[in-house]
Amino acid sequence: MAEKPRLKLPKEAAKGEIIQIKTLVSHVMESGQRKDAQGKPIPRKIINKFTCEFNGKPVFSCALEPAISANPYIQFDARIDEAGTFKFAWTDDDGSVITAEEKIALKA
Amino acid sequence: MKAINRRQAFALGGGFVMLTLMPMAADAEVTGDAAKWIETFTGGKLPVKGKISLDLPEIAENGNTVPLSVNIESPMTADSYVKEVMILADGNPNAGVATLMFTPLSGKAEASIRIRLATTQNVVAVAKMSDGSLFTEQKTVKVTIGGCGG
Repeated sequence: MAEKPRLKLPKEAAKGEIIQIKTLVSHVMESGQRKDAQGKPIPRKIINKFTCEFNGKPVFSCALEPAISANPYIQFDARIDEAGTFKFAWTDDDGSVITAEEKIALKA
Repeated sequence: MKAINRRQAFALGGGFVMLTLMPMAADAEVTGDAAKWIETFTGGKLPVKGKISLDLPEIAENGNTVPLSVNIESPMTADSYVKEVMILADGNPNAGVATLMFTPLSGKAEASIRIRLATTQNVVAVAKMSDGSLFTEQKTVKVTIGGCGG
């Protein structure tokens, strides 16, 4: 299966600080528009949904269409009010889900 | 009345060129499939231009991966925040690109993604605020090599 998603976010943040989160996951994002050597259409296979939760509360999510480039890169922001854990999930067309977690602490 | 001289003829010609170019300079209408997507998203209401800044290259050499950043002006508090932003590309075989859903926890209504563009076309963003108001912005991107290769 796909390799581990890459995440970039600070390890700690001040209370109320808005941090930037960068995510990248390896995926072909087959659009369903292309044809193989025999001229048969290659079936669509993309990540159609991405969600980010912080301590169980939704932060950011998006619905993706075939017009998203291969190895989807998503960058967004989050406001940190408390220490906790970010949970990321990428849902594939075939129903499989790639997940990742990252902890963040409050600056002392 | 004397016949127009050379200089005047040029001025007149220039005026005509300006006139014919004018409609193209104005915002092109969103066409076909994309218009339907917008209607479903907004429920038939007309979005107002503004609040959104859409950052895209003017010329994309490779349509397979075009960086797109969107930023919407909003305090992002529990009472007033950006709920959803739909990104559309009206020249793609399928106009939908992505729908971004923000929450007050997002802190900023800002996101970057990389998209595929089949040809030179308009990229449209429509934002839905927590109070139901709608905003839109669009940008034309020239694509050298299309990103839906067959």
